[in-house]
Amino acid sequence: MYRYDEFDERFVRERVGQFRDQVARRLDGSLTEDEFKPLRLKNGVYLQLHAYMLRIAIPYGTLSSRQLRQLALIGERYDRGYGHFTTRQNLQFNWPKLRDIPAILDLLADVEMHGIQTSGNCIRNVTADHFAGVAQDEIEDPRPTAELIRQWSSLHPEFSYLPRKFKIAVTGAEHDRAVIKAHDIGLRLRRHPDTGAVGYEISVGGGLGRTPMIGKVVRDHLPKGDLLAYLEAIMRVYNLEGRRDNKYKARVKILVHEIGAEEFTRRVEEEFARLDGPSVNADPAEVERIAAYFAPPAYETLPETSRTLDAMKAANPAFARWAEVNTAPHKAPGYTALTISLKPLGQAPGDATSDQMRLVADIADEFSHSEIRVTHAQNLVLPYVRQRDLFAIWQRLGEAGLASANVGLITDIIACPGLDYCALATARSIPIAQAIQQRFADAAREAEIGALNIKISGCINACGHHHVGHIGILGLEKRGIESYQITLGGDATENAAIGEILGPGLPAEEVPDAIERIVGVYLAQRVEGESFIDTVRRIGLAPFKSAFQEAAHAVA
Amino acid sequence: MAAVPKRPPLPAILLANDLLDGDVVFASGGATDAIVWTRDPALALVATDDAAATVLESFAAAELAGNRVVDAYLVDVEIQSGAPVPRHFRERFKTLGPSNRPDLGKQAGDGIENGRRA
Repeated sequence: MYRYDEFDERFVRERVGQFRDQVARRLDGSLTEDEFKPLRLKNGVYLQLHAYMLRIAIPYGTLSSRQLRQLALIGERYDRGYGHFTTRQNLQFNWPKLRDIPAILDLLADVEMHGIQTSGNCIRNVTADHFAGVAQDEIEDPRPTAELIRQWSSLHPEFSYLPRKFKIAVTGAEHDRAVIKAHDIGLRLRRHPDTGAVGYEISVGGGLGRTPMIGKVVRDHLPKGDLLAYLEAIMRVYNLEGRRDNKYKARVKILVHEIGAEEFTRRVEEEFARLDGPSVNADPAEVERIAAYFAPPAYETLPETSRTLDAMKAANPAFARWAEVNTAPHKAPGYTALTISLKPLGQAPGDATSDQMRLVADIADEFSHSEIRVTHAQNLVLPYVRQRDLFAIWQRLGEAGLASANVGLITDIIACPGLDYCALATARSIPIAQAIQQRFADAAREAEIGALNIKISGCINACGHHHVGHIGILGLEKRGIESYQITLGGDATENAAIGEILGPGLPAEEVPDAIERIVGVYLAQRVEGESFIDTVRRIGLAPFKSAFQEAAHAVA
Repeated sequence: MAAVPKRPPLPAILLANDLLDGDVVFASGGATDAIVWTRDPALALVATDDAAATVLESFAAAELAGNRVVDAYLVDVEIQSGAPVPRHFRERFKTLGPSNRPDLGKQAGDGIENGRRA
């Protein structure tokens, strides 16, 4: 993992001192709320419905066990004993008191963490594939790139007051687990088809929110050494030409859409040619220094598959199911990347108690080189697990209610906090997720349905990624009640697609039935081995639409 | 945020977030007729006419300027079992807490004195 150098350390400490002083000045009346609000937002402090909220950056979703334990401590000492992992791989505390936040920031600084650039019109926390460095289908580890961008974008003087927020994601694998096509900039490390050299495919102008767009490729293959100059060129074109007259049209996706991807690319290339590349690009020695932090751990030499694991699976079907569903193929023989589901029945998606965080930290120390990842799907990953240790881990997770075998399945639902917490929400998300989880709680049935992503947002801002859910659910207000619009056919992977609306909005209590109908069409129509999204692609929306609308009429 | 938004239909109560703690607070009648903040929605002062609503708005403006609360605004309510209940579901959640966590927020008695439950 990356460790702060003296500059990082000093900068974060100074920021805490500044914020402590800003809070004091707010309390003594020297700063009005209008003056203070942008300052608190720059440190990740929001005001929600019931309380303040503190959003903490987890760069590219990578955490040490020490950091996770510190988050557990903060949750217990200053919050309500739990935190919420978000779709940007961050963590939010829902109940901090303003008077305590400087002390919380001190505790975060002790473990090289902060809330800087988790809000505001700047380059936000860079996200990455949660299996970075271990995925079998990986061409190159995206974390050194993500870390380089973190350093370059932190307090970048030219890009601190952008027209709107700006999100960057990086993947180094064939299969996109980082939703790069729904980001302002999506980077994919790839091999040049002719030379074999590793470079970046660069997409710009993806995004969700009220105007969902899939990112357009502006460069097929950028040499790695040119990354920062090229990013700077993109940011400069956006910063100069992005709209500032209307916040709903201020994201780079609107600029790309309005002038066209070709013209946008032309302007970026023009700017790139004008820039003094060597003065902007990172020194190769520095790039190497950063990359060294992400060297793989000392793996043991193990057989490809563990006989211990096979024996345990044969003896225990529930364990076998969990081990099948929650693990991913690993680069190192005998190892696996284990996803710990934060979607047990009855718990808000992405929530973890302080006790659960500590348990995961302990397990990471014992079994995963003290490292944890946060996924954009609001789960946790232990990236370096020996297959033979899975049974012991499963038993310990089970005692804490964390052994749900549902990763990638219908109950592994992404949900934003919605109107249960969020001041921007128009409807609740969490109870909808819980009702669907309840409906599909039967493990055998869930296994029968197979891979299916449901994503729920409680407002049009789409923090719950509903546009790219196989089934997306958007909570709105309609004539004074909560109403849920269902979309179908979205995809968050390399086949990125925006879902289409199936029909009129439904009241909350009818959502599980509607999902049931959609799943029913899939089960009836699928061919052998065909996943939900593949069936949707093959047969189109029409059969789902009619089943959905029959249901809507039946209840009307 | 500092400005008090447009007046909703009456009857209405005044709510805000406490500056220091972030808790939702309600304007309530004090012992000597002075308006004070309470964390108990059942004790919220209900304005049933324009004159009373104006008093609440003036109180909100003074308290915002005095840096005691943030995000203060009037919310239209109906009276149920003698207590004001916001008509809009968003504001109802604000007087209760997260619906998925009945153990948290005002519904669990957070910050409400005498153990009284909302």
